[in-house]
Amino acid sequence: MEQHIQSLMEVLQQTKGYVYPNEIELHWGLLVVVYPYVTGLVAGAFILASLERVFNVKEVQPTYRLSLLTALAFLIIAPLPLLAHLGHPERSYEIFLTPNLNSAMAMFGFVYAWYLMVVLLLEIWFDYRKDTIIWARNEKGLMRFLHRLFTLGTDDLSPKALRFDRGAGKLITFIGIPSAFLLHGYVGFIFGSVKANPWWSSVLIPVVFLFSAMVSGIALMLVLYMFSCLARRKEIEMKCADKLASFLLYALIVDFSLEMLDFIHRLYEAEESIAILQQMIASRLFVSLIVLQILMGTVIPLLMLMLFSPWFRSKALLHPPAELRRLVYFGAALLIQVGIFSTRWNVVIGGQIFSKSLRGLTVYKVEMLGPEGFFVSALLLIAPFVILYVLVKVLPPWPEDEVKIDAPAEPEPAPPLTPSVTT
Amino acid sequence: MRQQIIRLLIVFTILVAALIAARVFLIPDTFGEFGHYRGAAIDDVTAQPIKYAGRASCETCHPDVVEKHAGGRHHGVSCEVCHGPAAAHVEDPMAVVPDKPRGRDLCVLCHAYDPGRPTGFPQIDPAVHNPLRACMACHEGHAPKPPVTPEGCSGCHGQIARAKAVSHHALLPCTTCHEVSEQHKLAPASSRPTKPTAREFCGKCHAPDATPPAFIIQEVPRKDLSTHGDHYVCWQCHYPHFPELK
Amino acid sequence: MTDPKPNSETSAPRDEASCGAVDRRGFLSKSLPGTLVALGALRTAQGLAGQAAEEGEQATSAVGGGNGEPAAAADTASGAATSGYDPSGHNYAMAITPDKCIGCGRCVEACKTENNVPREPFYFRTWIERYVIRSDRKAVVTSPNGGIAGFPPVKESEIMRTFFVPKLCNQCENPPCVQVCPVGATYQTEDGVVLVDDDYCIGCRYCIQACPYGARFLHPVKHTAEKCTFCYHRLVKGLVPACVEICPTEARIFGDLDSRSSPLARFQRMNMIATLKPHLNTEPKVFYADLDGEVR
Repeated sequence: MEQHIQSLMEVLQQTKGYVYPNEIELHWGLLVVVYPYVTGLVAGAFILASLERVFNVKEVQPTYRLSLLTALAFLIIAPLPLLAHLGHPERSYEIFLTPNLNSAMAMFGFVYAWYLMVVLLLEIWFDYRKDTIIWARNEKGLMRFLHRLFTLGTDDLSPKALRFDRGAGKLITFIGIPSAFLLHGYVGFIFGSVKANPWWSSVLIPVVFLFSAMVSGIALMLVLYMFSCLARRKEIEMKCADKLASFLLYALIVDFSLEMLDFIHRLYEAEESIAILQQMIASRLFVSLIVLQILMGTVIPLLMLMLFSPWFRSKALLHPPAELRRLVYFGAALLIQVGIFSTRWNVVIGGQIFSKSLRGLTVYKVEMLGPEGFFVSALLLIAPFVILYVLVKVLPPWPEDEVKIDAPAEPEPAPPLTPSVTT
Repeated sequence: MRQQIIRLLIVFTILVAALIAARVFLIPDTFGEFGHYRGAAIDDVTAQPIKYAGRASCETCHPDVVEKHAGGRHHGVSCEVCHGPAAAHVEDPMAVVPDKPRGRDLCVLCHAYDPGRPTGFPQIDPAVHNPLRACMACHEGHAPKPPVTPEGCSGCHGQIARAKAVSHHALLPCTTCHEVSEQHKLAPASSRPTKPTAREFCGKCHAPDATPPAFIIQEVPRKDLSTHGDHYVCWQCHYPHFPELK
Repeated sequence: MTDPKPNSETSAPRDEASCGAVDRRGFLSKSLPGTLVALGALRTAQGLAGQAAEEGEQATSAVGGGNGEPAAAADTASGAATSGYDPSGHNYAMAITPDKCIGCGRCVEACKTENNVPREPFYFRTWIERYVIRSDRKAVVTSPNGGIAGFPPVKESEIMRTFFVPKLCNQCENPPCVQVCPVGATYQTEDGVVLVDDDYCIGCRYCIQACPYGARFLHPVKHTAEKCTFCYHRLVKGLVPACVEICPTEARIFGDLDSRSSPLARFQRMNMIATLKPHLNTEPKVFYADLDGEVR
């Protein structure tokens, strides 16, 4: 506690104006920034997978299974920043047992459990079931054990069963889209419904969260797809990469428009909080908002993607070769990750840096060590990739590993009547 | 039923059973008794020990002090403000004895000058008011009085005095405008000072033909009272203690 | 690859171990809540009692560590310490007259003593703000260490008006903090006081974010949310809150809104009354007489 008090004393020295005494200490720090970032990636990756399954966007088929596994890897990590942040993580089960139904945060238990069990795991199960049954037949040892476990003991590969799998997968993806919206939207609502905080209290926050989640998820898949192709020494299908990039562009345009709408609306109405918020943006949040979120995270990737979008290409304004396009996509996607992370930072940290007295600003000192420190957060952001690596080894999502069973999509036509029968 | 559905149902049932078991065994018994919270929590709060006994509990054993205190200027100040929390003393008077503040640290918390304090509240500047001496040397804590009746007004009207001291009216004694009886210094509420009632009062210095006191060497602003300021009296626009506050 | 056998019954050899079992990763994921449940069960087995006793010792300030008797040991029918007190028929409120407040900070001191609040300048159940409205109409507000030991000097020539405002939890009738608590660790009693259950709070700090008045803080040792309780442990014994008891100028008065004659009743009749941030519809029960418009 000594060290904690010491750092709070330093924060006290750096407060400007008047801050309520209890507000000197910031409560939701780096870990609470990581959580919406991670669930955003989950929602975004899943939406991308659903594009293929529900909206039949064939070009992004190579990323379908990879998106599902990515969503799972990040979803597994998602509760950890929350647990690390709680004052009493050992009591966290209370959210599942006595949730206060008036509280947006209590939704976490339901939404997370629903999304994990009913949507993501089920979809992965139905999609990989036939593959794991067949893989298990030719394997030995741990892999065989894991794959047999995965099948839950089923071994029905009849056309009816496979049709059922496909139908179930489609239905789950269909349900999964609003579920993914809910998974990340409720986080936005947690902030958006706090009337005490003028930076958070807004109808737009859940929507902005959602679209920035889609942007970050698609950008992540773009990077992972290209990276995984390189790692497997396979050719990057430009059809797929181009399609991903164009969806990324559309999502980014919507996201940017929403953020600009919020910005313009705030400036125009100029409510009482505008003075301190302007002061906050100009001083405490300048780098993270203006530079990282808007300039580097949105405007520059927007320009990059627009210049290389199919529209420009079709109008013969630019003819960038595949290598250049890949480079630009990769760069834009990375910038976007930085931008979306900054977005989360600006929402969470920004909402606490100014006082509710609207008269002062405090400061957030990021700790390095400790459960809420930088290293723990970095670990939590790296861990999903480690988990993804393991998942990819156990449930390979690559097109070349997929088991192709000639099960017809339509019911088998009745055998034609032999001439002898028809008399 | 399809094989897949059966297997999934088995897993689902196991999970639901676990959740039900958790609800049965882990939710505290008194949860929901009065509302969506643990009923026994109220007892946890009310079991907190009491530190401040309250002024009513002092009278039983200290009636003489209480009587003296009730007749003095500190009658509104509870015993524990100066003597600290006394619940333990009430429990066991011999074992726990409350503080007697004999230094200078405590009194200045109320009586050191701060402009926010309401007018009429006695305030001093600790740096120059009998430095290094204990407050109790001159003021009896239970029914305090100044050892000598104050000559001026700044002891109780500090903010006004200090504002006036940096204004154009700095050299004017308070009695220039206010008639004050000695009684006001002894029992302020019983005898209020007067305040001027007519514009002509200020004209004694500020009318074009007036003669301000000789010790005022600066130019005194003159106004023709018949035309200046409509029907208002002077202090409806000008603050006499700090005129033309910038 | 291989073509499937049409009928599952005769296809792959049965693996006994896998019947009804679950994929490891899936199992881990699915049982995450289950693991937490198990952890919780373990914790409960150790006893909330042991935990409360530990934290009682660790909490700052020596005697009578904050929360008294352990909860789990006596999580039976409640009413043990409050026998004889009937919360129905009471609705507690506080009334403050800023004009009477001299900014002495004795209330802040009394509160910290009575309730074992950590002494560092970041944890306050109540505090005093000083407003100095300057001649350029700009308001300068300060609360050094909550006002517990005085305020810094001001340049006299700039002062247009200046006053003190005591602040504390408003014990709202429509409390946003209770609304957002995910587990039901903060609640409103029948007699109108909002309390925190130290043994149930998970320390998520949502209530701290939701309070418009900055009345809540996280206790640095207990790691649970904390705030003014109107000294509920004194109320049930017929006493007033420590800050009200101590205030030397009666700037704070306390009473029961359900009572027809009390200092509170007279206050409501004789004063122009304001509450803080009325537009948020929290319906505060701390009433301010003649409150300056600059006060947030």
